[in-house]
Amino acid sequence: MRPVLYVLSFIAVMALAFWAYRENYATQHQLKEMGRLQDEIASLREALVLQRAEWAYLNRPERLRALATANFERLGLLPLEPTQFGAAAEVAYPAPPAPPAAEGATGVDAEGLPAITDPVAVAGRIAAVETATAGAAKPGDKEYP
Amino acid sequence: MIRTPLRPLARILSARQKGENPDSIERENLRLRHEAMRDKSRMRAEGRLLFLGVVFMAAFCTIGARMALLAATEPMEPRAAATGAEITAQRADITDRNGRILATNMQTYALYAQPKDMVDPARVARELAAIFPEIDAAALERRLTDGRSFLWIRKVMSPEQMQKVHEIGDPGLLFGPREMRLYPNGTLAAHVLGGASFGAEGVQSAEVIGTAGIEKAMDARLRDPAQAGTPLQLSLDLTLQAAIEEILGTGMNMLNAKGAAAILMDVHTGEILSLASLPAFDPNDRPNPLVKGDAGDSPLFNRAVQGVYELGSTFKIFTVANALQLGLVTPESMIDANAPMRVGRFLIKEFQNHNYGPKLSVNDIIVKSSNVGTANLAMLVGAERQAAFMQSLGLFDPTPVELVEAPGAKPIVPKKWPEITVMTTAYGHGIAASPMHLAAAYATIANGGVKVTPTLLHGGVPQNGPRVISPEVARAAIGMLRGVVQVGTATLADVPGYQVAGKTGTAEKPNKAGGYDSDKVVNTFAAMFPADAPKYVLVVTLDEPVETTGATPRRTAGWTAVPVAAEVIRRVAPLLGLRPVVEPAPVDTLTAVSN
Repeated sequence: MRPVLYVLSFIAVMALAFWAYRENYATQHQLKEMGRLQDEIASLREALVLQRAEWAYLNRPERLRALATANFERLGLLPLEPTQFGAAAEVAYPAPPAPPAAEGATGVDAEGLPAITDPVAVAGRIAAVETATAGAAKPGDKEYP
Repeated sequence: MIRTPLRPLARILSARQKGENPDSIERENLRLRHEAMRDKSRMRAEGRLLFLGVVFMAAFCTIGARMALLAATEPMEPRAAATGAEITAQRADITDRNGRILATNMQTYALYAQPKDMVDPARVARELAAIFPEIDAAALERRLTDGRSFLWIRKVMSPEQMQKVHEIGDPGLLFGPREMRLYPNGTLAAHVLGGASFGAEGVQSAEVIGTAGIEKAMDARLRDPAQAGTPLQLSLDLTLQAAIEEILGTGMNMLNAKGAAAILMDVHTGEILSLASLPAFDPNDRPNPLVKGDAGDSPLFNRAVQGVYELGSTFKIFTVANALQLGLVTPESMIDANAPMRVGRFLIKEFQNHNYGPKLSVNDIIVKSSNVGTANLAMLVGAERQAAFMQSLGLFDPTPVELVEAPGAKPIVPKKWPEITVMTTAYGHGIAASPMHLAAAYATIANGGVKVTPTLLHGGVPQNGPRVISPEVARAAIGMLRGVVQVGTATLADVPGYQVAGKTGTAEKPNKAGGYDSDKVVNTFAAMFPADAPKYVLVVTLDEPVETTGATPRRTAGWTAVPVAAEVIRRVAPLLGLRPVVEPAPVDTLTAVSN
């Protein structure tokens, strides 16, 4: 009985030694991996800071002003004026979408207006034409969009 | 243990036979027993002490060994711990109120040399001089070959320059990592930010310390490792700051002014939304302070905070508010304003020797900016109450704003208050304060009479300071200031829709001879808007401006500071989200109709 116990315990010691050996190397590997990841995080964080700084540098008011001036023809940007404040009531409601039937109805009557095919479709078309030509709708329009 | 009897019968008997005293035997035995007991307890105590000594020795040895180990090993970051709470930056960022970056850190490298490892110092010196224009090749070569073992060459450099240094390829050239302070907006808000430089320098790192402005004033907060990750949020608004600096710069150039300053402040919270001082400098490359001449001529000089000027007529409203608060007058009371007024050997005159008198209502004293009327009003108030009122507005102490320059800018206050001083301080002469003081005092009036303390830090709440004047008096004072803009000396500031209220101030600069220069003035316009419920205070100061479009050069604030301030308000008010209000036309009080 005793020799069997000796052999078993010897095998157990060997197995544990093998397990500890592997665990040791796995831990070291994980630590190395962790260090690598942390280096990566640090470098990414550094890059992030640099990019934030660059974003701030590229968006500095002086440069934006120069760009707005250089691209005035295309963008037409000007400083905000007190007259540019509007009331919510002045905002035109969007025209209701024209039903597909009206899109197909290309018939034009003698006065150059679209031919009346359907009362609902006509209402939509008229509203659309009105906003397209008049630009901003009158304040009263909001009650009858 | 066997106890020895104290009185052994054998010895007692023999002692009795010999006629000795048997008690002495007992005493002898007792003494021996006590001695034995004492020896035993001493042994035990000594044993304990020894044991304790060994334990302490072991503990100290362990700690000492651990210390030696820690001291001898290379420092290493804990790698197994989870990241998150570690130090992300050496110095916290500074942002404006909307989180836009005003100051941040950038990783860069310092260049140093170890001449002992250098292969060809002459070539290195030549090539470095080609990369860095400020390096003199001959001088550098001399320093590289004079036998020293270490030499700093450059504190910071760009990545391109670093690559070129790499390309020299000499083993004696080495790089040390550096964190460098970067101000991406250049000269914008330069006087608030101040600047930073390197403190103690090592090869692997260098500390970054603030040298001026908020960088120095809040240095401890910015360097606190626990707060390095959270940026310091200022109350400044980058957009407003840029707009105001642009307009101020244009105004300064058009009016040939030497300098200009502007402060925009929220009257409820005391937050400074914009603080501009021109000429400005680039905090990335902060110039050296002037070694000779007037420090006020340096671009480093913050006119808004450090510029202690006599602010002139802008002070009149304080005298009037005080008189109203004391119940001495009402806005309609008639005050003697017969100019010129003789006080001892002094003569108090009005602008261009006008005479607004003989009597002027308190309201008209402000609207017409009458020196004589204000002086008479000050006499009603008296010296003590005048000085106490000005002190309660904070005009006697440095402003508590978070700039390192602020505590040094102490107002110049008269030491004694004779009659003439009471009169001149009433209209802002003989007392000098900075535009920041003026902005805080006007904010106090605009805030309904509750004292406002200016701050540069975001997160202000409506201030609950001590009450200086009653809400009614504040309202009346604002009404008078509105009158100045509607019909008085500042009509050019009447921006439609924003109900500007304000007061002009023109003060001649004192010269070295002890008098005043009539062609060197400091023009100030202190304004608040909108007048019916003031939200913002704007102070614009121009140093030695002159308006030359007319036949004669004009140097009054109404022609210089006021138009600049008006342009600032026109531009800034929409950015503040203030909607222009259509003011109702004055109602005709009486209409004459026939029949």
